[in-house]
Amino acid sequence: MTPGSGTILETQGLSARYGEVEALRAVDIAVTEGELVAVLGPNGAGKSTLLRSIMGLTNARGTVRFRGRTLPSRDPVAVARHGIVLVPEGRGIFGPMSVAENLQLGAYQIGGRGVEFERRRTRVLTLFPRLKERLGQAAGSMSGGEQQMLAVGRALMADPQLLLLDEPSLGLAPRVTAEILETLGQLNREGLSVVLVEQKAPLALKLARRAYIMANGHVTAAVDTAEIKSHEELARFYLA
Amino acid sequence: MKNWRDFTSPSTCLRASLGYVPAVLAIALVGYAIIAGGFFVSLTSFALIYAIFVTGLNIFMGYAGQASFGQNAFAAIGGYTSAVLTTAYNVAPVPALFIGVVAAVLCAVLVGYPTLRLKGHYLAMATLAIGLIVYEITVEWQSVTNGYMGISGIPPLGIGSFEAATDREQLILLSVLVALCMGSAWLIRQSRFGRALVALSGSEDAARALGIDVARYKLAAFIVSAVYAAVAGSLFVHIVGFVSPEVFGLNMVILGFTMLYVGGIGTITGPLVGAIVINLLPEMIRGLKEYQDLVYGAALILILIYAPGGLAALGWSKRRSTSPATTTVELRGARTQS
Repeated sequence: MTPGSGTILETQGLSARYGEVEALRAVDIAVTEGELVAVLGPNGAGKSTLLRSIMGLTNARGTVRFRGRTLPSRDPVAVARHGIVLVPEGRGIFGPMSVAENLQLGAYQIGGRGVEFERRRTRVLTLFPRLKERLGQAAGSMSGGEQQMLAVGRALMADPQLLLLDEPSLGLAPRVTAEILETLGQLNREGLSVVLVEQKAPLALKLARRAYIMANGHVTAAVDTAEIKSHEELARFYLA
Repeated sequence: MKNWRDFTSPSTCLRASLGYVPAVLAIALVGYAIIAGGFFVSLTSFALIYAIFVTGLNIFMGYAGQASFGQNAFAAIGGYTSAVLTTAYNVAPVPALFIGVVAAVLCAVLVGYPTLRLKGHYLAMATLAIGLIVYEITVEWQSVTNGYMGISGIPPLGIGSFEAATDREQLILLSVLVALCMGSAWLIRQSRFGRALVALSGSEDAARALGIDVARYKLAAFIVSAVYAAVAGSLFVHIVGFVSPEVFGLNMVILGFTMLYVGGIGTITGPLVGAIVINLLPEMIRGLKEYQDLVYGAALILILIYAPGGLAALGWSKRRSTSPATTTVELRGARTQS
């Protein structure tokens, strides 16, 4: 599916601080319906803070609009009810709980049971068959790749309108990362809007058509990924 | 509900069986006390009352991962409400118990709403203050509580014409109530509410991002734990027939914590196992005379070293998580890492 014309997410002047440190400085980004947008940049650029601020998990100033409606600030519960789901850096799975319970928590808004729940669970287990073999296992005892699959699967259980994905490749083997990103690409082709934060830029550029480059809390460039043909060009954008 | 794969090898089967041993032994001890009678009945009765108290503490601490040093306040509210209503106003024990629970819930709402914004040590200190304040009230409000002299002549529990007057009847009644409390704790853990509590204990931000209203659920867990504490407090005064401020002092909280960690925090049967071990252990080693305290302390340290998840979590594999006991093992591990 090609990206739709409507804007699903828009931030205006989004700023956030951690104490004295200004982590995000007047960031403006926009994502159209069905689009996969990458947010790239070095460590400490403010990428994760951007996702957390969209989710309402920081004391951010500025505006976040979802399909034209302004989202409440500092209210992640309300943001989640709009269908925005964050897969945080480090996966954020609940290690002591079983895989099945983690999936139930993903569908928390619909109660974690029933026909709709089963439909979503079947879809997730089809996308990630390995989770099916691990349903009774403690999530924390799985491999890193399986935990990341669970993190994405749990997010999909919420039937998201917009998926915010923070560093899915972190600490994973290239083969596992490729598998997860391939699934992500499939979901995007089916119409899911995605904001993908990633330090490993080449991985993200394979999936995204547009990318925002961040440094020191700023968006330094908004680029069409087709323009970036080489590592040198990518480095130029980073350095700019 | 267990995954059949968990029992495919003799070793895992043996480990799974071992996981049930402490709970089965605890239940067997209660059964023995009912049959044997005597002093053992009183000891087991106190253990069962504490099992209810610790079950509530477990929901707030084991499931939701919050710290409360003030649960004795709710036990005192339940106990004193029952004592005053039955002795001064001739209210029947069961309605008095329910009124005590309502009073504890109201107090939990009033106290919990502002204090549950605090985290970690600050929340622990705030709840400790609640326990101390209620203790002072029971001492100073002499016209109602009779101060240090306490209230005596509290009638035993009963419904209609039935009255649990003998030790054995009281023990049977308490056994039924403990089973109900453990059953309700299990249902809570399996529910959407229980999953949300365990989730917020893992990461409040991750829970919020899933749409879980963390503040509301923490308050709800606090209220539920207050209900268990109030029931325990009320049962205590009806079983003993007397109440004074010391009954619900800080010692109750320390005992509750010890029982919870020795039994198994986050497990269903842990509160029962812990309450029985902590109540019966001193009696079992009484013959050691001057070495009694030394052996008691050493036994507790050994349990915590060799069963860090508590006795009820012994034998459970870390890989399985369908058992609440396993949840605890993983929960502790996760917290240690964080």
